[in-house]
Amino acid sequence: MNYNNEMMMKFKGIPENERFARASTAIFISPLNPTLSELNDIKTAVSEAVTNAIIHGYENNPGEVFMGCTIKSNTVYIKIEDKGKGIENIEKAMSPLYTTKPDLGRSGLGFTVMESFMDKINVSSEIGKGTIVEMTKTIQNEST
Amino acid sequence: MGISCTSENRTLIVKITGEIDHYSANDIKNKTDKEYKRLNSKNILFDLSNVTFMDSSGIGVIMGRYKNAAANGGKVAAVSINENIKKIFELSGLFKIIKYYENPEKALKEFSFGR
Repeated sequence: MNYNNEMMMKFKGIPENERFARASTAIFISPLNPTLSELNDIKTAVSEAVTNAIIHGYENNPGEVFMGCTIKSNTVYIKIEDKGKGIENIEKAMSPLYTTKPDLGRSGLGFTVMESFMDKINVSSEIGKGTIVEMTKTIQNEST
Repeated sequence: MGISCTSENRTLIVKITGEIDHYSANDIKNKTDKEYKRLNSKNILFDLSNVTFMDSSGIGVIMGRYKNAAANGGKVAAVSINENIKKIFELSGLFKIIKYYENPEKALKEFSFGR
């Protein structure tokens, strides 16, 4: 199927919007007819990235979260951006079980989930400027 | 997200419905910790049979409750038939310390009675 589409949204970085972000992504990619498992992988990765933006990017001062999604044929590109405090050491932040917020009962698995559930992930960040997470996944479902 | 707690033989059974994410995690933590104390529990069984979505926030919740229960000589188990929830558990390595069941009846039988 040669289907192309794109969307961009901006929402307030508050926990209530984690569900909104993953649910709207799920609806947006539904024309690709993903399997339940593919859909859940993408929803989970979006939830992790948005949660990171809210908890780590903005901490207790909610700012704006930007989420873009592009569909090119069977591949989904997702970009989640915050203008928060940025990540000091991306490599460290991405290592499994590492968290700067153990007191909040965080597992430190956010990036591990994004890496495992998506085909590709790229993280760029600048201290004081914010963080951009880009992820792609190709929908394998043959019925599309 | 809905949460209900019952107790059987000092095992706190925490039944969660709906979605577990960072937003709902705090409620789950608070309610579980409160009931764990109030009912003088030892073990915790998380019944996730009716959970439709869970991200790594759920793992954080369960890891934290495991620490509390272990400090009290107790164990933690989880029940779910959802493949995606199983996938997150596998990724976390929690299966090493937390028993995972795919059948709620079996979990109750094996986990809560005198073990």
